[in-house]
Amino acid sequence: MSATPYNFAYLDEQTKREIRRALLKALAIPGHQVPFASREMPLARGWGTGGMQVTAAVIGRDDVLKVIDQGADDTTNAVSIRQFFTRVAGVRTTTRTEEATIIQTRHRIPETPLRPGQIMVYQVPQPEPLWRLEPSRAETRRLHALAEYGIMHVKLYEDIARHGRITLAYDYPVLVHGRYVMAPSPIPAFDNPKLHRSPAIHLFGAGREKRLYAVPPHTDVVSLAFEDHPFRPWKADAACMLCGATDSYLDEILIDDRGTRRFICSDTDWCERRRAKGKAA
Amino acid sequence: MTDAPLLSVHDLSVRFGALAAVDGVSFDLWPGEVLAIVGESGSGKTTLLRAIHGFLRPTAGSIRYRSDRFGEVELTVLDEPRRRLLARTEWGFVHQNPRDGLRLSHSAGANVGERLMAAGARHWGNIRAQALVWLDRVEIDQARIDDLPRTFSGGMQQRLQIARVLVINPRLVLMDEPTGGLDVSVQARLLDLIRRLVAELGLSVIVVTHDLGVARLLAQRILVMQRGRVVEAGLTDQVLDDPQHPYSQLLVSSVLAA
Repeated sequence: MSATPYNFAYLDEQTKREIRRALLKALAIPGHQVPFASREMPLARGWGTGGMQVTAAVIGRDDVLKVIDQGADDTTNAVSIRQFFTRVAGVRTTTRTEEATIIQTRHRIPETPLRPGQIMVYQVPQPEPLWRLEPSRAETRRLHALAEYGIMHVKLYEDIARHGRITLAYDYPVLVHGRYVMAPSPIPAFDNPKLHRSPAIHLFGAGREKRLYAVPPHTDVVSLAFEDHPFRPWKADAACMLCGATDSYLDEILIDDRGTRRFICSDTDWCERRRAKGKAA
Repeated sequence: MTDAPLLSVHDLSVRFGALAAVDGVSFDLWPGEVLAIVGESGSGKTTLLRAIHGFLRPTAGSIRYRSDRFGEVELTVLDEPRRRLLARTEWGFVHQNPRDGLRLSHSAGANVGERLMAAGARHWGNIRAQALVWLDRVEIDQARIDDLPRTFSGGMQQRLQIARVLVINPRLVLMDEPTGGLDVSVQARLLDLIRRLVAELGLSVIVVTHDLGVARLLAQRILVMQRGRVVEAGLTDQVLDDPQHPYSQLLVSSVLAA
């Protein structure tokens, strides 16, 4: 693709510089939310504009982009964002996790282990982990500044009181580098352990809320829990009906009107590759 | 008793523009002592209490507090992190309206447990057990531990707030009209409860009230405030039975006998 009417990767260079500066600060203070001047993107806020701005700011001509939505490469939002960057940056795209240098995602961290040099970009709807507990942003900033995170455990306490276990299935709060409590965006709690000491860079962009934050490589990311109720990543107790995997995160699908259900891998790339290698249920 | 006051307020003033809400107040609070501050509405009682707790910044004067953790500290210049740490671990504030001191959308158990978790407790079973003990101590049915406080009566909410304040075993408790807005029989029970807990735990308490009956029941010493100033101070019985200042005399003579 050449002769595009847009600057490389849509945003102008000054904007990209500003976002990169904010990202550097975010990487320097792992888990800390850094404000940035979120721009209008050709997509409604709440559809991944934060992630798109981060991708636009860090992408180069040699990068290979993968975009997933709910773990899948072929859903509407993933296809649109991939096409967008093909058009405005002319970069190569892929669905293969290990080929990608930048992976933009909303809900998942791929099952294939990440390697050094890869960048995960998350589209974050709500960057503030304390938002349901403390409505004032001035106060949440103060709580972060003073590392007063007792109220975060209130929600977890009540889950155990009501259900006997922590039922938070996604956006499960984590403590980053022993300092900041962070919302890992709506990834399933199942994926939280993949953040812990990950060799990749993890960048989080919240477009509507105008916040960036980051987890640099090899950083401790610990899911909050109680001593007597440790963190347990949850997944459906089933195997993928396509590839037979029992260790991947599964989507539940109703297949008829009588409530019959099947489970398939949420990570489509991983599932296809397993089937290509001759694994089947 | 030790030979030094727990809290020493000296020449404290809080101004809102031209208005001196608290004007040159000085007093000492000794360990294990209950001090009542009485006066009519607008006399600066609550402002004084809020300034001591750090909700408001005083305009002038000093507040010295003997902390377990930091030794003697000057609260008017203490940095925010340490002031909040003291508020979490050594102090309690009982609001007049329990809704200001509780999380209404979280269960009773979480309300009591939150203070423990804020102080660093991370063992669910222990937090739960302590919450149950405290519900029992403030005479709330333990079966209601997972109910929301908004389903509680006003008196129960106030008792829950007291449980939440006392669960961390504070040294200094500030109470702002703890029985305000409750009907008389509920007030009497609550006062009994507070009096028992204060004695059992050896708390140092400052209680602000306009109700002289509350002051007589709870406090060993009384400050009478009028227009931001302390006009009379002394032992409770002394002040209430033989008031010297005209304003104290007016207050005492205004109480309706049933």
